[in-house]
Amino acid sequence: MHQLWLIPVFPLAGFAINGLIGRKSSKNVVNAIAVGSVLLSFLWVLKALSAMGLWGAGMPEEAHVERYFTWIQSGNLNIGFDLAVDRLSAVMLLVVTGIGLLIHIYATGYMAHEGGYYRFFAYLNLFMFFMLILVLAANYLILFIGWEGVGLCSYLLIGFYFDKKFAGDAGKKAFIVNRVGDFGYSLAMFLLVINFGSLDFGKVFEAAKAMPVDQGAGIFTAICLLFFVGAAGKSAQIPLYVWLPDAMAGPTPVSALIHAATMVTAGIYMIARSSALFVHAPIAMDVVAIVGLATAVMSATIGLVQNDIKKVYAYSTVSQLGYMFLALGSGAFAAGMFHVVTHAFFKALLFLGAGSVIHAVGGEQDLRKMGGLRTKIPITFLTIICAALAISGVPFTSGAASKDEILVAAYHHAPWMYWVGVVTAGMTAFYVFRSVFMAFFGKYRGSAHPHESPLVMTGPLMILAVLSLAGGFIPLPHFLEPMFPKLAEEAPEKWLEYTAVASGLIGISLAYLFYVASPKLADAASKNFNGLHKLLYHKYYVDEAYDATVVEPIVQGSRSVLWKGFDSGLIDGTVNGIGYRAMNIGGALRRLQSGNIRSYAGWVVLGSIAVILAMGLTGSIR
Amino acid sequence: MNLLDILIAIPFIGFAAVMLLPKSNPGAAKMFALVVSLAVFLGSLALIGPVIASKGDFQFVTDVSWIQAPGLLAGEGIKYHTGMDGISLWLVLLSTFLTPIAMLISWKSVTDRPKEFFAFLLLLEFGLIGVFVALDLFLFYVFWEICLVPMYFLIGIWGHDRRIYAAVKFFLYTMAGSVLMLVAILYLNFKTGSFDYPVILNLLSSGKVPLTHLEQLLLFLAFFFAFAIKVPLFPLHTWLPDAHVEAPTAGSVMLASVMLKMGTYGLVRFCLPLFPNASRENAGWIAALAIVGIIYGALVALVQPNMKKLVAYSSVSHLGFVVLGVFSFTQMGLDGAVYQMLNHGISTGALFILVGFLYERRHSLEISAYGGVATAAPWLATVFLITTLASIGLPTLNNFVGEFLVLQGVAEVNFQWTVFAAVGVILSACYMLWMYQRAFFGRMPGQAAVASHSHSQGPAGHTHAHGEDAHSHSHDHPHDHDHGHKHDHEHHHEDEHGHWHMPDLSLREWAAILPLLVLMVWMGMGSQSFLPSIGVATARTLQQNKSSIEYQVKIPAVIPQQAAPVAEAVNAR
Repeated sequence: MHQLWLIPVFPLAGFAINGLIGRKSSKNVVNAIAVGSVLLSFLWVLKALSAMGLWGAGMPEEAHVERYFTWIQSGNLNIGFDLAVDRLSAVMLLVVTGIGLLIHIYATGYMAHEGGYYRFFAYLNLFMFFMLILVLAANYLILFIGWEGVGLCSYLLIGFYFDKKFAGDAGKKAFIVNRVGDFGYSLAMFLLVINFGSLDFGKVFEAAKAMPVDQGAGIFTAICLLFFVGAAGKSAQIPLYVWLPDAMAGPTPVSALIHAATMVTAGIYMIARSSALFVHAPIAMDVVAIVGLATAVMSATIGLVQNDIKKVYAYSTVSQLGYMFLALGSGAFAAGMFHVVTHAFFKALLFLGAGSVIHAVGGEQDLRKMGGLRTKIPITFLTIICAALAISGVPFTSGAASKDEILVAAYHHAPWMYWVGVVTAGMTAFYVFRSVFMAFFGKYRGSAHPHESPLVMTGPLMILAVLSLAGGFIPLPHFLEPMFPKLAEEAPEKWLEYTAVASGLIGISLAYLFYVASPKLADAASKNFNGLHKLLYHKYYVDEAYDATVVEPIVQGSRSVLWKGFDSGLIDGTVNGIGYRAMNIGGALRRLQSGNIRSYAGWVVLGSIAVILAMGLTGSIR
Repeated sequence: MNLLDILIAIPFIGFAAVMLLPKSNPGAAKMFALVVSLAVFLGSLALIGPVIASKGDFQFVTDVSWIQAPGLLAGEGIKYHTGMDGISLWLVLLSTFLTPIAMLISWKSVTDRPKEFFAFLLLLEFGLIGVFVALDLFLFYVFWEICLVPMYFLIGIWGHDRRIYAAVKFFLYTMAGSVLMLVAILYLNFKTGSFDYPVILNLLSSGKVPLTHLEQLLLFLAFFFAFAIKVPLFPLHTWLPDAHVEAPTAGSVMLASVMLKMGTYGLVRFCLPLFPNASRENAGWIAALAIVGIIYGALVALVQPNMKKLVAYSSVSHLGFVVLGVFSFTQMGLDGAVYQMLNHGISTGALFILVGFLYERRHSLEISAYGGVATAAPWLATVFLITTLASIGLPTLNNFVGEFLVLQGVAEVNFQWTVFAAVGVILSACYMLWMYQRAFFGRMPGQAAVASHSHSQGPAGHTHAHGEDAHSHSHDHPHDHDHGHKHDHEHHHEDEHGHWHMPDLSLREWAAILPLLVLMVWMGMGSQSFLPSIGVATARTLQQNKSSIEYQVKIPAVIPQQAAPVAEAVNAR
C-alpha cells in the first residue's frame, strides 16, 4: 500500500479549510494552505512513485491497485472505490501536481489584488482533488467522479467573476456542453456493464485483450464512439469545442491550469487509457483522427485573426488538443500522451506569460493595445519566446519532439493527414508569433505603465521555460510504450520531420514579415480578404448557429408549445373543463332538490317509468 | 405493541394533544410538536437494525382484527396489519426525518394559527408512516386518505394567493385516482375474501384464486391510475405545480419529498407483485410516459419564471426516472428507483426549503426578482449550489447513484430507453444552472423588478404578524413590515455598487438544512448504508413479480452473441 488516497485528499483538505475559514483568514494563511496542500500532494506522488521504482528499477508494467470500499453494489454490479497507479497515470500525476504547484504559486501573485481570494484558492484546490481522482481512478465510474468534478470546478472558476454576466454565461455554457459529452460517456459505461459486467479497468481491458481483434467490432465501435463524445466535450473537439474559448472569462491561472495544461487533456488521457478497447474499433479510431485533425485546422484558422491574447491561446489549445486526438486516432497513443505533457509545459507557460503581460498592462487583453513590451517586461518576454518556439516546433524544443512523433504517425496512418497537419503547424507558428510580435515588438500602444511581475510569478515562468525547451528529452514515449498496443514498425523517414520543421519556420517568418518588418501588409491582407477575415474573426459563426438551431428552438418551443400550449392549455384546460362541467351538472341537480314534495313525487314517477322501460328493453321482465 | 405501533401512535396522539393545547400560547404548542416529532425520529432510528438484519421478510409485524362486518365484507374483514421491509423502512425514516425539519422551517414563517399548522404536520406524519407500513389493503387505503386531509388544509389555509384553487385541484385529482383504487380493493376482497395483502398475494400467485386476463388488467389499471396521479406521471401531473406554488414551504417539502413517494411506493409494493402479467404487458407505454415525463418535465422546468414551479416540474422529471426504473423489472432498476425516491426526497426537499428561505427574505418566488444573492448571502448561495449539484446528479452526491442504477438497469432491457432518459440528465443541468445563475450570480435586479414583485402576497400568515414574532423581525424576518415600509427597507439595503444586503443563514436555518446536506454526501458516497437492505426487499418484489408469470421475459438482444461468454467470465468479481 502506498496510501494513494492521500494524494487527492491533501488538496481536498485544503479546499475544506479555506472554504470554511478562508474568508476570515489572512492571505498568507490562505496561501499556505492552498499551496501547501498541493505541495504535499506533489511530494506524496514523488514518494509513491519512487517506492514503485520510477527512478531506479523502472516501474512495473502492471497497475498498482488499492481498493478502499464498495461504492455502489446492486445485482451483479459491484463498483469499488479503487485507485490505481501505472505508468500512464504516473505521467499524469506528475504533470497535474507539478504544473499545478507552479500555477498555485503563480496565482498567489496574480490574484493578490482580487476580491474573493480565498474562494479562488478553495476552488483551485477542489479542482486538484477531482483531477487527481480522475487520474488515479481504477474504474470508469470513479474516473467519472473526477470527470464531472473537474467540470464543476471549471464552471465555478470560469464564473469566478460572477457579478459579470458573461462570466456566468461562460461557466454555464462550459458545464452544459460538457454534460452533452458526459451523456456519451455514461452511455458508453452502460454498454460496458452490459457487455463486460464490470467497469473495472483491469477486468474490462483483460477481457478486451483476450478477444480476437475482429470480434465484436460493432459493440466496440459503439462504446468507443460514445467515449469519444465524452472526450470531445471535455477536450473541446468539434462539435463540442465552443465552450473553451468562452472559458477564458476565468482568471488567467485558471486558463493555464484547467483550460490548457490539465483538465482539457482528460479526454486524451481517457482514450489513451481505453486503448485496449479502441484497437477493436478501427472505425472509431478513424473518427477520432479525422475529428482531431479537423478541429486542429479549424481552430488554427480562427486563431490567426483573434486580437484578444487569451483567445488566441485558447484556440491554440483547441488546435493542439486536435493534434493529440490525431495521434490517438493514428494509433500513436504514446505520442499523443507525450504531446499532452509537452503541451502542458508550453501552453501553461504561454497562458501564465499572457497573465504576466495582462498584469503588466493593467488588465488589458487586446493585442492591438500592447506592443513594445520586450524591454519593459524582459523576463516575461524571454520565457514566452521559449514557449512560442516550443509550440512552433523549432528543433530541439519539447514541442518539436512530440509534434514530430504525431505527424510521423499520421503519415503512416494516412499521408494526407500528415500534410494537413504540417500546414496547421505552419499556421500555429504564425499565430503564436503574431501574438508575440504584436505584444512585445513595435511601439507600446496602450496607456498603462507596464511593469515586470514579482518573483512568485516570474519564478514559475522560468521553470516552465526550461521545461518547454528541454522537456522533449524526457524519454516519455519509450516509458509509455508498454502500456499501449504496438504500432507497426515503420522505417523512419527523416524528410517528414524536416518538412514539419520547415513549415513552422515559414510560419514564424511570415509572422515576422507581417507584424514586425512591414505591418502594413497585415492590414492590406485583412482588407483584401475582408469576407474571409470576417468569417474567421467571428469564428465561422458557430455560436450563432448553435443559438439559432439548438438553444432558441428548445427554449421557445418549451415555453410556447409545451408549457403554455400543452401543459396549461390542453391538459389543464381539459381538467378544469371537467371540473366546470361537474359544477354545472351539480348546479342543475341542485334545482331538483327544491324541497317541493309534489315535484319529488313527480320525479319518483318519472324514475319508476324509466326503470320499468329499461328493464323491459333489456328483457328482464318476462 | 411493538416499536412500530408506538411510532405510529405517537404522532396521532401528538396531533390530538397539540390541538387541545390552549390557543393563547402558540410557542408551547410549537415546541411540543417539535419535541414529539424529534422523539418519533429518534425512535424510528431503532427500526433500522432489525430490518437490515432481516432476510427480506416483514419486520415489526402487527396483525390484529380491526373491523368485522360479516354480512357486508367477505372473510375475516379488515385487519390492522402492519410491518416493514427494506423499502418501507427508508421511506418511514424519510417521513420521520423530514417532519421535524418541516417544523423548524415553519417556526417563524407561519404566524397564522401556528398551533393548527404544527398539529397538521403531525397528523401528516401519522398518515405517511401508516401508508408505508400498511399490509392490509383497506388499512392502506385509510392511511392513504388520511394523508390527504392535513395536506389539503396546509395548502388551503396557509397557502398563497390561489391556495383554494390549488388545494381543491390537489384533492380532486388524488380522489379521482383513489376512488378507482378503492373499487379495485373491494373487488379483490370480493374475489379472495380478504383485505390482507400477504394473503391476497399468496392466493393470486399460487393460482388458487385465478384472475382472468381482463380482470388482472383492469385491477392493475385501477391501482396504477391512483399511483400514477400521485407520482405524478405525465400527463397526470398538472396538479403538482399549482399545489407546490401555493403551498407553504413545509407543505411543499412534505408533498414533494414524501407524499409523491406514496405513488411510487404503491407501484413497487402492490402493482408489481399482485399483477405481474399486467404490469409487464403494460410496461411499454408506461415506460414511454415516464421517459416523456423526464424530458417534458425538464423542458417545461427550463422556461419557468417561478422557482417553485421550476422545482415542481423538475420533480416530474425526476420521478420519471423512478417509474422507469420500476418498470424495467431489473434488480438495478428497482434498487435505483427506490434509492431515487429517497434521493429526490432529500435533494428536492432541500431545494424547496432553500427557495422558502429566499422567499422569507424577499417575498417573491420569481427568479427575476433575484440576482447577486451570492454576494449578499454567500453561505446561502453555497448551500443552494450544493443542493443544485445534488439535484443534477453530480457524482459523489446522492442523486447520481440512483440515476446511474436506474439507467443501467433500464439499459439492460432496452438501450433506447436509456438513451432518451439520459437526455434528461443533460437538461437537468440546463434548467438548474440557469436558475442558479439568474438568482445568485450577476447583480440585484433594477428597481422596476423590485416594485413589480413586492406586491405579491405572502403566505396568509405574514401580514398577521403577532405574538413573539412581532419583536424579532429585524434579522431574518423583514417581511413583518407592511408593504409601504418594505420599499424603504429594501432601499436602505442597497449599497452604491448595486449589491444588496440579505441576511445569510441563521442558526435555525442551518439546523434545518445541514442534516440534508450531510445526507446528500452520505447517500452519494456511502450508498452501502442503504442499498443492501433495499436490494433484499426489491429482490423479493422481483421474485414475486416473476412467480406467477407464464412467459419468460424477453430481453432484447443488445448483447452480441460473441461477447456473451466474456461477459460471464468477467462477471465474477
